[in-house]
Amino acid sequence: MDRIALEGKVLSENDRIAARLRESFKQHGILCVNLISSPGSGKTALLERTLERLPKSTRVAVLTGDIQTDNDARRLSRFGFPAKQITTGGTCHLDALRVERAMAEWPLESLDYLIVENVGNLVCPSSYDLGEAAKIVMLSVAEGEDKPLKYPSIFAKSELLILNKIDLLPYVYFDMSKAREYARQVHPGMDIVEVSCTTGQGLDDWIGWLEKRRTATDHTD
Amino acid sequence: MHELSIASAILDAVRNEADKHPGAHVLKVGVRIGVLSGVEPEALSFGFSALVQGTTLEPLALEIEAVPRRQRCSACNLTFDVLEESLACPRCANDHTTLAGGEELDLAYLEVED
Repeated sequence: MDRIALEGKVLSENDRIAARLRESFKQHGILCVNLISSPGSGKTALLERTLERLPKSTRVAVLTGDIQTDNDARRLSRFGFPAKQITTGGTCHLDALRVERAMAEWPLESLDYLIVENVGNLVCPSSYDLGEAAKIVMLSVAEGEDKPLKYPSIFAKSELLILNKIDLLPYVYFDMSKAREYARQVHPGMDIVEVSCTTGQGLDDWIGWLEKRRTATDHTD
Repeated sequence: MHELSIASAILDAVRNEADKHPGAHVLKVGVRIGVLSGVEPEALSFGFSALVQGTTLEPLALEIEAVPRRQRCSACNLTFDVLEESLACPRCANDHTTLAGGEELDLAYLEVED
């Protein structure tokens, strides 16, 4: 009996497609971000408020993943930017192949930003590279401030933490300074913005982060 | 939560590797699964056996090596396995340590017989 050493990742096929997507986004100067949170943290609301504020000339598109329904894509297509739903039919995360297939009909030359809203889940999306330049994790103050400690992988891999629903702070038990401390404990260099999609507070910081991140990508590549 | 697709990816890797060794019979595949990968070993084994059943690869065994969480100390730079609740550095007791492993979903080896 012989033992043959195997190299590589179980998900190497996904990683191969993700690398192809990343190269293609880079060539076209597109900033792709992968937005991840629990269900109900406000990913779609954030995208609604974002698309509403962006100048109509912004070349942005959104892909939104859910297990069932195209409700999110319908919510997001009202703003006049391309929006497409990926219905996974049960799968708890998006993978690179699904993103590649969804992107097939969109001319990449006409885009500067691609925002991918992942399936609501803090565990599985962490393992699947979608070719994004940055993962972004969102946590709402209606959740526990210890989520960075409970789900360290996704917080360690995300460049930005968006703390959402800050208008609810007077009504919920959520320790903002602890949340920030836990996030930085898992990921010391993490950027953090606080937003409310209801009052609009902090949205300029988030949009500013996005614009700055795209410029940074342009210069480094 | 997505163990069946992980099992299916492992089988694809086995088939690819087996093609490179014509005539060899694959008995076992070994993988390394991190405790933070979101993959539950029992569910993975279950999904794997279900996929193998009725194929020419049967009876292919799956061996899962569980990889513990690893942290790196920001003060003394020690990298250590986390075996209990505490994430503090076992050498200098600093409690600012960062994630350094435990998310693996890696292929390890194949056992084959001619």
